[in-house]
Amino acid sequence: MAEITIIEAVNLAMARALENSPDVIIFGEDVGLNGGVFRATDGLQQRYGTDRVLDTPLAETLIAGMAIGMASQGLRPVAEIQFMGFIYPTIEQMICHATRLRNRSRGRITCPMVLRAPYGGGIHAPEHHSESTEAIFAHMPGLRVVIPSSPLRAYGLLLAAIQDPDPVVFLEPKRIYRMMKQEVADDGEALPLDVCFQLRDGTDVTLVTWGAMTHETLQAADQLEAEGVSCDVIDVATIKPLDMETILNSVARTGRCVIVHEAARTCGVGAEIAAQLAEHGLLSLFAPVQRVTGYDTIMPMFKLENDYMPSTDRIIAAVKKTLEEA
Amino acid sequence: MTNEEKKCVAQFEIHYTQLLNQQGELVGPLPEFAASAEALIALYRTMVQTRTFDTKAIALQRTGKMGTYSSSLGQEAVSVGIGSAMRFEDVLLPTYREYGAQFQRGVAMSEILRYWGGDERGMAYQHQPHDMPITVPIATHVPQCAGIAYAMKLRNEPRVAVSVLGDGATSKGDFYEGINVAGAWQLPMVVVVTNNQWAISVPRDVQTHAQTLAQKAIAAGIPGEQVDGNDVIAMRHVMLNALERARSGAGPTLIEAITYRMHDHTTADDASRYREQTVVDEHKLLDPIERLKKYITAHHNWDETQENELHETCAAEVEAAVSSYLETPPAPPETMFDHLYETLPDALQSQRDEVERLGKQKQGGDDNG
Repeated sequence: MAEITIIEAVNLAMARALENSPDVIIFGEDVGLNGGVFRATDGLQQRYGTDRVLDTPLAETLIAGMAIGMASQGLRPVAEIQFMGFIYPTIEQMICHATRLRNRSRGRITCPMVLRAPYGGGIHAPEHHSESTEAIFAHMPGLRVVIPSSPLRAYGLLLAAIQDPDPVVFLEPKRIYRMMKQEVADDGEALPLDVCFQLRDGTDVTLVTWGAMTHETLQAADQLEAEGVSCDVIDVATIKPLDMETILNSVARTGRCVIVHEAARTCGVGAEIAAQLAEHGLLSLFAPVQRVTGYDTIMPMFKLENDYMPSTDRIIAAVKKTLEEA
Repeated sequence: MTNEEKKCVAQFEIHYTQLLNQQGELVGPLPEFAASAEALIALYRTMVQTRTFDTKAIALQRTGKMGTYSSSLGQEAVSVGIGSAMRFEDVLLPTYREYGAQFQRGVAMSEILRYWGGDERGMAYQHQPHDMPITVPIATHVPQCAGIAYAMKLRNEPRVAVSVLGDGATSKGDFYEGINVAGAWQLPMVVVVTNNQWAISVPRDVQTHAQTLAQKAIAAGIPGEQVDGNDVIAMRHVMLNALERARSGAGPTLIEAITYRMHDHTTADDASRYREQTVVDEHKLLDPIERLKKYITAHHNWDETQENELHETCAAEVEAAVSSYLETPPAPPETMFDHLYETLPDALQSQRDEVERLGKQKQGGDDNG
């Protein structure tokens, strides 16, 4: 079994989906012959033809709208938005139509589409190429928002998203697209949506994160381990709907929680997790919940991006704060 | 360099079709379908039915029995022309004045009333599995129409996707993105711009400096044409041709149907703030129903007895729909969760339970009170 990266796992999942169902259609800007700017669709048009892997005109509203139209006809469109910074024209289509079609038609018409986009900073990209705005989508009723953090989860969760009967925004952590390799069996097996993944078992503090930040969070857990602090690390993976049960169970064991995300703090998904911890887990807590996040500023251009994004040191400091306050 | 000295690299024309003039006289070659009295009377019936419905719907709103409603008064020929030309298995993506087309396609009057009465069940379209619900955000359905048309093309189905929008909608990017890909991919779709001259209070000539709206098709590389939208024979004729072109693989068409919005934008609007009643009155002379009535009276022995019978039938049909609408109790509140996802995620179960519990309490309270 070959070891592959996240971007290769994304490619492998789409190839498997194309292979398994004639209803799967891949489209977006430069996804055809060019294979996508990150090569997520590399080779797919050559293998599955120009009818099923298509370059669209340069129009993001169109891409989302067409995905809705195709999905309404029972196809399984997987549309790519080249960068999350260019996803905003799709918002009207997603909030007014994709998420509402089943509800509006009382189940008569459904919208099993996937909108994929690479998100996040740390690759020294130009302006508008580094944001993490998943909370915008997480706020939309009727949507799923899924973020993988490893090649195995990229493969299994993307397959799950494609098979899901409802619309899914699938955000790919581009900073770690090629950071790690794992053995991934191309067995067509989907992973479950709507559940967290336990990355590490620990007893002293719960670290909750997703996407590229799992990397720094695990590094922090390693360093803390050396200092005798045992961290439970949870990859939320599906940030909408949230699997709070797993998080609450962990916090019931550890009594401390640090939430780590790259997105800006205010109204970030961490705020929702913290609010639910306050509602349902307050009495388990020995210390206030800490958030380590991007700041409430514009995502800076790349000279300062590392000052914006949560670092291992910031995570460790937050963990220590929860330990001190006990 | 003057234009005469420059090389002309492309030239375009926009054509206009009118077959019946406002006096109901034939001014163009009669299309094949229009030779049949039965076919014309069917169009006439649907237009009268639509107007009867419309009048009643406004009355329901005015008497507090329904929410805001958008009238199709004066635009019946556009909608009926579209609906009559489509096949059942085609897909219609309507906006909120296409009742004539929707009725012909199997949408129930009671469903339209439920919709404007604030009930999602009015979009279930129990007898029309294909069509999208009414699109409210302007022009957002044109990209969806392209996606639907692509699915039809991919599967080699002889079907067509039809989106209908207003003159104001042609100012939106969604409209252009949709017709552009329709051209680029030669999709089996027809886009009808119902140019009723008004986008709420903004008149057509303030909306755009373009001489016609049909010419916006030229930029997308697709055929665009104008039709007299108050001439149902012309409307059906142009629509049939566009559908046939799309169905046979010859690509999309943009149709600009020229009509006039005779009512306020919606029942929540007051058009007297921005347009003179005298101008509206002038447009009464162009009425699509009167026009066809003149023609069938002159050529197909349509008489007052038939006219009265038709109005009675339509009134009875509308009354039945109104009764069905008024007698339908609201859905249980927890049903707001029932079509959110195929299976309600665990994370939402407690919210659904709460709504169900509160709904039952309220129900109990109502019963006791």
